[in-house]
Amino acid sequence: MSENLSAICYLISSIFFIMALKGLSSPETARRGNLFGVLGMLLAVLTLVYQPNTTNFIPVIICILIGGTVGTILGVKIKMTAMPQLVAAFHSLVGLAAVFVAAGAFYAPEKFGIAYEDTIKIVSAIELSVGLVIGAVTFSGSIIAFLKLQSLMSGNPITFKFQHLLNALIGILIIIGIYLLVIKQSSEIFIILSILALIIGVLIIIPIGGADMPVVVSMLNSYSGWAAAGIGFTLENVSLIIVGALVGSSGAILSYIMCKAMNRSFISVILGGFGEEASKIVMTKTDKMAKSGGASDGSFIMKNSEHVIIVPGYGMAVSQAQHIVKEMSDLLKKKGIKVSFAIHPVAGRMPGHMNVLLAEANVSYDEVFELEEINSDFSTCDVAFVIGANDITNPAAKTDPASPIAGMPILDVEAAKTVLFVKRSLSPGYAGIDNKVFYNENTLMLFGDAKKIVEEIVKELN
Amino acid sequence: MNNVDPFIINLIVFTLAIFVGYFVVWAVTPALHTPLMSVTNAISGIIIIGSLTLILLDNEVKGLFGFQNNISSLMGYFATVLASINVFGGFVVTQRMLVMYKKKKQKS
Repeated sequence: MSENLSAICYLISSIFFIMALKGLSSPETARRGNLFGVLGMLLAVLTLVYQPNTTNFIPVIICILIGGTVGTILGVKIKMTAMPQLVAAFHSLVGLAAVFVAAGAFYAPEKFGIAYEDTIKIVSAIELSVGLVIGAVTFSGSIIAFLKLQSLMSGNPITFKFQHLLNALIGILIIIGIYLLVIKQSSEIFIILSILALIIGVLIIIPIGGADMPVVVSMLNSYSGWAAAGIGFTLENVSLIIVGALVGSSGAILSYIMCKAMNRSFISVILGGFGEEASKIVMTKTDKMAKSGGASDGSFIMKNSEHVIIVPGYGMAVSQAQHIVKEMSDLLKKKGIKVSFAIHPVAGRMPGHMNVLLAEANVSYDEVFELEEINSDFSTCDVAFVIGANDITNPAAKTDPASPIAGMPILDVEAAKTVLFVKRSLSPGYAGIDNKVFYNENTLMLFGDAKKIVEEIVKELN
Repeated sequence: MNNVDPFIINLIVFTLAIFVGYFVVWAVTPALHTPLMSVTNAISGIIIIGSLTLILLDNEVKGLFGFQNNISSLMGYFATVLASINVFGGFVVTQRMLVMYKKKKQKS
């Protein structure tokens, strides 16, 4: 295949990738979009294989078969509640692959056509080291994110003295390292630079935890794109550059949306220690009592209502209650009660987490609403059924400017005639602040595991 | 543009692609943000182009089972396995999710 023809093929494959993302603008076109993505990938790989002078097809096929089998099994087997972990793990793989490719190109620059009299061309060397650093940061950062999401590591932020100073220092060392690598091109510097980048990846993720995880996951998504683009520049391959740019900006936009939904600046999320700073605020003990009830009270109230809005949060994911919640909503609908779902953008541990769980439980997506679409309906509905969510319903965000969540858009559950809170205890949420809705006259707390409570309610409804 | 460095041309492509990404991703409905992440996982696997280049252009004497054992090819093999996990896993799990997004027949 001539260079020109293959460049055109890469262009077409890039267009397929753009169509793949475009398809996601509505659930109807999304599946076709995914097919475009597959076609784009197939075309890109075939174009490369059809280059002149290619050899070693057998090892290539073996590698793809191994990776493909592992990937397919993961994709088929993974539980929908574990999606955040899976996505984090995938980011780490892209990062590590970028590191390997950068290393390969460093040791055999002639394969990438970037060699010039025994050394690597300056521009290519810069591109290569940038790709390497971003790749390594993505890799180690995603591993930490994965460990946190999988609860193999505490989800709490880890902060220590001089943390930011240390990060800045390593950051400067990395820039010096890139400079030295470009000038000297020695493998010692290559290895030191990789290690420094791996360390900084760990350091920037450990201070971020809990409810900030959606930002972390989106941010690493973005990094994995920039890493691919870095390699694309080295290889001078448009497909890689375009995909890198698409993925990079996609992750950046998602991070922005998540920060916006918490009214926090991106910088403050990155600097981390959210839970930490909040715990210093002395919690004012309320002498008010929260009313608590059982499943029978909950089902009685819902039976006698006309419109129920269900507000799911991370707690629903933890106890895997989505299927039983769907069963409950079906029973309510059978009794002629209108049921809708209200989803806050940062509910769960990754963007769109709740939507996927409800979709898995077979909830029709036209019953599921975003914050802006449904917030005004709370004042007219009879019951707000909050399951495993807290901070995203806390009116302190609106009333208390000193609150750590001040200015965060919330779901106005307190406007509903009755609020049912399914929760393990009265303990505050991730932000470490009390929710005054618990103590309202029209609030009934249903204490216990989300799944068990809803199961009992379903029994009562039958 | 005869004398334009290829780097600049790539930079142009890169910048325009960021703009395309910006507009396309803002159009994605929030309900599909998780599939968006998994499909971007899948297409990031395009890095396989880099890793395959390391293997396909290696004409050195072959070792065991036709695998070369020089560093750059080894790196290529590892990266190809990793990238394939991403490509296959990403597309499969995205498809699985998208199939679940259904609208019930005339009910609400």
